[in-house]
Amino acid sequence: MNFLPSFRLGVLALSLLAGGSVAFARLDAKLVTIPAGVYTPLLRTTKDAAAVPVAAFLLDEKPVTNAEFLAFVTANPKWRRSQVSPLFADSSYLEHWAGDLEPGPKAPPGAPVVRVSWFAARAYARWLGQRLPTTAEWELAAAAGYTQPAGRTDEALQRDLYAWLARPVPAVLADATTARANYLGVRGLHGLVWEWVDDFNTAMVTGESRGDTGLERDLFCGAGTVGAKDPTDYAAFMRQALRSSLKANNTTTSLGFRCAKDLP
Amino acid sequence: MNQTAMNNPRILSAVAVAGLALAAALLTTTFVRANEGPTDVQGPVILPPEIVNLPVEQAILTSPPHVPPPIHRTYAARVVVNLEIREVVARLADGVEYTFWTYGGSVPGSFIRIREGDVVEFHLNNHPSSKLPHNIDLHAVTGPGGGAASTFTAPGHSSQFTFQALNPGLYVYHCATAPVPMHIGNGMYGLILVEPKDGLPPVDKEYYVMQGEFYTTGKYGEEGMQSFDMGKAIDERPPYVVFNGAVGSLVGDKAITANVGEHVRIYFGVGGPNLTSSFHIIGEIFDKVYPEAGLSLPNRNVQTTLVPSGGACAVEFKVDVPGTFILVDHSLTRAFNKGALGMLKVAGEPNRVIYSGKEIDAVYLGAQADAGSDSAKREAELKKQIAAEIKSNPAIAGLTKEMQAEKGKQVYMGLCFACHQPDGKGLPLAFPPLAGSDFLLADRDRAIRIVLKGLTGPVTVNGQIINSAMPPQEAVLTDQQVADVLTYVYNTWGNKGDAFTSDQVKALRNQNH
Repeated sequence: MNFLPSFRLGVLALSLLAGGSVAFARLDAKLVTIPAGVYTPLLRTTKDAAAVPVAAFLLDEKPVTNAEFLAFVTANPKWRRSQVSPLFADSSYLEHWAGDLEPGPKAPPGAPVVRVSWFAARAYARWLGQRLPTTAEWELAAAAGYTQPAGRTDEALQRDLYAWLARPVPAVLADATTARANYLGVRGLHGLVWEWVDDFNTAMVTGESRGDTGLERDLFCGAGTVGAKDPTDYAAFMRQALRSSLKANNTTTSLGFRCAKDLP
Repeated sequence: MNQTAMNNPRILSAVAVAGLALAAALLTTTFVRANEGPTDVQGPVILPPEIVNLPVEQAILTSPPHVPPPIHRTYAARVVVNLEIREVVARLADGVEYTFWTYGGSVPGSFIRIREGDVVEFHLNNHPSSKLPHNIDLHAVTGPGGGAASTFTAPGHSSQFTFQALNPGLYVYHCATAPVPMHIGNGMYGLILVEPKDGLPPVDKEYYVMQGEFYTTGKYGEEGMQSFDMGKAIDERPPYVVFNGAVGSLVGDKAITANVGEHVRIYFGVGGPNLTSSFHIIGEIFDKVYPEAGLSLPNRNVQTTLVPSGGACAVEFKVDVPGTFILVDHSLTRAFNKGALGMLKVAGEPNRVIYSGKEIDAVYLGAQADAGSDSAKREAELKKQIAAEIKSNPAIAGLTKEMQAEKGKQVYMGLCFACHQPDGKGLPLAFPPLAGSDFLLADRDRAIRIVLKGLTGPVTVNGQIINSAMPPQEAVLTDQQVADVLTYVYNTWGNKGDAFTSDQVKALRNQNH
């Protein structure tokens, strides 16, 4: 608690007065406008659209930090580690925190919060009157390079991305502000933590009913590339695989989130 | 409330609105039968009584190059396998580190040994520190994906599925999560042996070796932490092709070993992700190869066996002679330049009938047809004749002696002059003269012997008694140098004599006085 910025205490007090349900903008959370664009799904069936139009929207400049999440659990006791329902968060939820309201040395204030479930991430966003980005929105923002609009041809970004993928998860994560901003001004979409998206497990299921063979199997072995738009985009496969492996109450040591919002 | 029921966020969103009481009811009813959500959870299998009543065993897992002990049971069992996935930083080569994704902490992953007919309860545990979801496709499994879909496991989670081992054989297992080439390329493969019901022939030593290639951003040997290079993987241009996950994992004190007379079996697999191996042991012939690891009909007397990516073989051989036997992929730039090299060290008594070691080193004139060979003999005869002609020609003989004396002078002025002096007169009462020395010129063989063996004690030279000591030079001078220096001494300062030959020196060098 002692590192909590004073303005945060103000938000906290207001939240508590309002019963923890009224949304307040985070005073320091900068939202970046992501221009409208087109998302090309990695995997699709012949009946799915090859390109999904995405309207312009607002996205957090960086992932939600431990300090920010502390304010949330302080205002919303049911999301504290000791009180959260196992329906909504598995037993590893915030396990690296020193206590319910004490992130401690393994969770520095400025580092992205991890070991949070999809339910918890979603509740956080709602608390602020925001939402989680959709897969299409997240991928659109993450498709940018550092210095050019297309990340796939930005060698520096690709190098950093694969270097990150090749490293084990560090015991203590770096401050979210250390991540290099991309062309759109968004930090840490690659190379910091994985991030929840609102429709994390519908990425493979696009609305039509399918047989029992299960779309998820298409990701295994060589079959993973049948119908893929770009079978050389290994990082995209890894994001897709991670999302497909998760259940909504799951938490992992490298999975955080950020919020999005419709443009006013 | 069991958490494994939580597999559909849409249902759960509704549940959250409806309230926990309803959630409990709803999820309890959907738990066992539901086939929905990402992990395809169907609940524990209901096994028939004859299987439930089988004895339960915990599988023994070993890291390479070790193999779990043979199975001596004559009946099926229920075998519980607990395999943990860890992403670890380890040595790929000296000074080179890599983040390996492993089954059981090693590359290749833990060796699993079961018996045909066993019912295996398989637990795949993905360590919480993992960055990625993983799964396992065991080629020993009959069923969709070889278990891949049923074991798809998020970091910090555990999956369970059951299969019956229907076919005996030696099978590769590997991760099958997209992008598969990267998961395998980071080390996610291993072997599972399903022993035939009648077992395998007993052997003295069993070992576990797997080949795989690594696509690093840096070239071979480039120091530091290396990352996976997607471009090289797609082009199938690996800087490293190695046995057991690292350059040098099977050499030096890490070599596999056996004793002369023992029978050795190697379970050899190829994880890939791309390259096929031409597996060969230099200096051994495989008495038996179970090709493609079907364990029923071996091929016999095989030199090199082809092992496909995602395939395996078992080779057996008796080691008859001691020495170091090199395991290679006989696509040899992989062995020479990329690390695909291991060692089998065999200890014991030599058998020189089977293998003598080097017997003779001789001049070889080249493989030729008989006519060529005859011609070479004739050439040698002619050379001999020319040498004889030269020797008998006084002009040439004189020139030869002169050249020998010049060479001998170089020896003298480097070695002998300090005592006998540059003018050959020696030092009175200390070192005898060579110029005009009656003692020297009286006996040529004695002169050679003195240069080779030295001389201690009084000698009378030109009427003077000199009691001194000359050290032996046989360790310092070659036969030719002794002949040269004596030729010089016998033909300088007014001395006159024939040239000395190296053959004369050689004959005396080998005498013990």
